Amino acid sequence: MKDLRNTACIVGVDESDEIGVLPGKSQLSLHLEAITNAVRDAGLKISDVDGIFTAGQHSPATLGEALGISPRYVDGTTVGGCSFIIMVEHAAAALHHGLCDVAVISHGESGRSQVGVTRARDTALTGQYEIPYGYGAAPTQFALITTRHMHEYGTTLEQWAQVAVSTRQWAALNPKAAQKKPITVQDVLSARPVVWPFTLLNICLVTDAGGAVVLTRADRAKDLKKKPVYVRGMGEGTEHVSITQMKTLTFSEATRISGERALAMAGVSHRDFDHVMLYDAFTSGPPIMLESLGFAKPGEGVQFFQDGRSTPGGSLPVNTNGGGLSYTHTGMYGIFPIIEATRQLRGECGPRQVPNAKLSLVNGMGGMLSAAGTLVLSNET
Amino acid sequence: MEPDRPVPQPLTPEARPYWDGLKAGKLMLPKCGDCGHTFFYPRVICPRCQSRSITWVQASGKGKLHSFGIGHQSFNKAFKVPPPYILAMVELEEGPRMMTNLVNVAADPKVVRCDMPVEVVFHPLTEDVTVPLFQPAGTGGAR
Repeated sequence: MKDLRNTACIVGVDESDEIGVLPGKSQLSLHLEAITNAVRDAGLKISDVDGIFTAGQHSPATLGEALGISPRYVDGTTVGGCSFIIMVEHAAAALHHGLCDVAVISHGESGRSQVGVTRARDTALTGQYEIPYGYGAAPTQFALITTRHMHEYGTTLEQWAQVAVSTRQWAALNPKAAQKKPITVQDVLSARPVVWPFTLLNICLVTDAGGAVVLTRADRAKDLKKKPVYVRGMGEGTEHVSITQMKTLTFSEATRISGERALAMAGVSHRDFDHVMLYDAFTSGPPIMLESLGFAKPGEGVQFFQDGRSTPGGSLPVNTNGGGLSYTHTGMYGIFPIIEATRQLRGECGPRQVPNAKLSLVNGMGGMLSAAGTLVLSNET
Repeated sequence: MEPDRPVPQPLTPEARPYWDGLKAGKLMLPKCGDCGHTFFYPRVICPRCQSRSITWVQASGKGKLHSFGIGHQSFNKAFKVPPPYILAMVELEEGPRMMTNLVNVAADPKVVRCDMPVEVVFHPLTEDVTVPLFQPAGTGGAR
């Protein structure tokens, strides 16, 4: 397992030309903008790319065709928004075995404007057992995870709100963030109720954006334009699709599995991290992920946000781009935390830069804590 | 009768005894013929021991509200139950959990509590399809 440690590097990252509300751009265009931008960031050419990894509605073959290249390695694993994080592991394995030399992981989603999208969802099970009761949109499901957490641990609405407040503080420092205006706990509590216990400000944005990540083997990475970011550890896992099938409604088994492997492969422990990126589709997500990853005991993840540890200036900055809550969230958010962690480890983040960031953890969920991917990234071996 | 919600579909063959049971006013659950595990949703393999021997048992219809959310808007045009409505996950006495709605109680987090005892009420949608909803135990009456 340790064979893969530090073998692959992230050498290019970028978003599409614009992110936000983009009614004039198709989903495929968002992919192509992000890929060309990220490949340029790496100092490579599209013709160097021979591995394509993507999740969502477009297949890797569609991207290859549109780019005008014939990749020799493709992966379309689609297990929710964390698929792009999981694909870093898949890409590292493919690079290690020489199945490709330059891998691009791409995301493009017209989540807000719905331009150039196809509606094909797997509803064989939800159509029978969930949709008839009003379930469907993600908040209807994650609300139940959150309510049970409040019941078991006494977590409060104010504590969840603090996650939104903290994340907005980071967003204020990111010029690309959609929402930068400071908010208070009271603002979150008094926002429009959507699905109790969530108001609108407990729920991520819905935007249009693309993002891409370029990887190559460590030996080649040294000669490229930017300082390489080493993939030191990686892990993935899935537990369920329907939250009725979770062993424990308040704990993500998939997150635990992915995190344990990633940390073991990297040979690091929780206290070694300078920076953490977590998939914040909802305010209750990051605390539950911190608990499932072992950064906090069950019920205590909210303390990171409450006591300022994870806010600007704190000892363990979390979601420094402003997160899905305030920066951007297309639907499958997982590419963006990888982009932010890479920028932090390169020292490119301006006012939101975490001083001397050397070790970053990226963790994302797919579905409702159903799948998970974890990365340990570093700017040193 | 115009259904107040999306009619379950596609009804898959392995779930036939479940849907037939609901139509007859019974909550039927799949049970492993080898290890005795009662589970939900219906499938052709036991998720505990992977046996292909699946039998069916009638559930008591009693359970506990494992968790809930309160919907303040509809997320699906075909879901016409007026908000606020209660999105519920029930843990049945027999063990499995299922998604449903809690009805015949105020959609208020001060009234609705995790682990409160609940009981099934059968809610016909069409001549062929009935869905199981739940209400606080002892509410009584037919819906």
